[in-house]
Amino acid sequence: MKMVLSGNEAAAYASMIARAEVIPAYPITPQTKIVEKIADLIADGKFNTQFIKMESEHSAMAAAISASLVGARTFTATSSQGLLLMHEMLHWASGSRTPVVMVNINRAIAPPWNVWADQSDSIAQRDTGWIQFYCESCQEVMDTTIQLYKICEDNDVLLPAMLSEDAFYLSHTSEPVDMPDQDAVDTFLGKFDPPYKLDVENPHSFGSLSMPHQWYMEFRYKIALAMEEARKKIVEVDREYGKIFGRSYGGMLDLYRCDDADIVLVAAGSMSSTIRVVVDELRENGAKVGFARLRVFRPFPAEEFRSLAAKVGTICVLDRSFCFGYEGAFFTEIKAALYGIDNPPLVRGYVIGIGGRDVTRNSLINIINDSNNPEIKGPVDTWVDLKRC
Amino acid sequence: MFSCLFAGKRHLLPFCALCRIGGDLLIEIRFHGRGGQGSVVGAQLLAEAAFCEGKHVQAFPYFGVERRGAPVTAYTRISSTPIRMRTNIYNPNHVVVMDPTLIDVVDVTEGLRDDGWLIVNTMKHPSELEIKHPHIGTVDATHIARKYGLGSKNAPIVNTAILGAVVRATSVVAIKDLLKSIRYKAPAKAEENAKAAQEAYDSLKAGE
Repeated sequence: MKMVLSGNEAAAYASMIARAEVIPAYPITPQTKIVEKIADLIADGKFNTQFIKMESEHSAMAAAISASLVGARTFTATSSQGLLLMHEMLHWASGSRTPVVMVNINRAIAPPWNVWADQSDSIAQRDTGWIQFYCESCQEVMDTTIQLYKICEDNDVLLPAMLSEDAFYLSHTSEPVDMPDQDAVDTFLGKFDPPYKLDVENPHSFGSLSMPHQWYMEFRYKIALAMEEARKKIVEVDREYGKIFGRSYGGMLDLYRCDDADIVLVAAGSMSSTIRVVVDELRENGAKVGFARLRVFRPFPAEEFRSLAAKVGTICVLDRSFCFGYEGAFFTEIKAALYGIDNPPLVRGYVIGIGGRDVTRNSLINIINDSNNPEIKGPVDTWVDLKRC
Repeated sequence: MFSCLFAGKRHLLPFCALCRIGGDLLIEIRFHGRGGQGSVVGAQLLAEAAFCEGKHVQAFPYFGVERRGAPVTAYTRISSTPIRMRTNIYNPNHVVVMDPTLIDVVDVTEGLRDDGWLIVNTMKHPSELEIKHPHIGTVDATHIARKYGLGSKNAPIVNTAILGAVVRATSVVAIKDLLKSIRYKAPAKAEENAKAAQEAYDSLKAGE
């Protein structure tokens, strides 16, 4: 069914059509309309789920982990400061191997207050053991939320996943979204049936003590292995989803007009579709420009970047976040992925759209022109569209 | 190591060479309102109406604090092809001003194309406004909204009323599709909202 939905509403409908059974969430700012829409769907009798209004995001994640441990399909949503408050529990979710699915609206971190698009909140959760996706359209938010249950609930994966969508440019943007058929989604996802769960008939304990000589290190190694399994599963599920529902998104790294490209832009999130417009326009003028959309940040598509790098002269990495004391996270990681390959491309970093500053066609053209500026030597991160201060 | 590309520096490819957005059929509309007047929902209702006509649409707001009376901007894009631009609108085809006092606060005609409409909610005739533009439409949306009990007397919700005038002036959608989208999507008082839109459609004052 095709409707005009915002990114927030698409996430809410996706949790409904995926039949999330428990949804603990904190309902106040920086929370977005996602939980308000879920509450509407429940009140209208369309969505049969257990919604738990929590006193904080930290508690919301604790409740989500517990619900998942009893074998319930679990969903939650948060944003910026709320995600930061969850940080401790994010580790607990991956350590407990609970496939919680969460939509995070990428909002800037205070101070100063801003609430606009900025990916620093989710980048700060990089090492929590969560799978991380970044979406480009409200349709992709709908489709990826559904895909995530299939990926995370796989017995070889059993990890939580965070879907990030940029504030306002996706979360508050209404556009046509096709909601898949309920029966088809039911068949695609099946029931969540974890191999170990909290069950009074068959008791297990979770999160108990493990001494240095016992199994702690092996638990961590298993999470590392599960991330490697997720890599395969992400590509496989995206392909299978495409066959059934007619839409797929390029797996881990979504390549656009890269085959004969000299310069390739790399970015994640809502600026991606604007970049496609600019790529098309420059192509019409004869410039060999392509775009690689970082759809998945964890697990990191290192192998995909190495294959891409073998074919192109320059890679411009656009970060909508910044790691103080070094550079943008995507920039750092892409360079590391390319270490040791033959004839590496020139890699340039650009910090853009911080705190929701609009990423315009002009910003992108400035970047492409700057990328072959001979005055800049070596890997430099450049701040774009700064006001003189 | 850092370097900076400053916002004001336009030393590279000429901007105008790249203004076309995949065909001539893209229409961009910018709404200026105040928190509580329904600008954000207004932009969505217009998008919904165009969606009913089989068009591709996009509607989104720009606001800071969610507070009554604070200036709010909202945008609607309507196109015959899928919309991929996710930037604010800088050169709108049309501009809608929900509150005449905003004209003193915000440069509402910034970037407005000469052949586009400026639609203002005011009791005045277009010729009485201090603002200059070749195509101005006015409608007393506040009076119409109060008449149909939309919002409160002191803070009427004028979005559906002004949309009737927008549709009359610009023909971006047919009035029947606007009324359909209002009846389907209005959060409350669907029929009163539809009547307000029809009355505004019938009472637009056009001038320059």
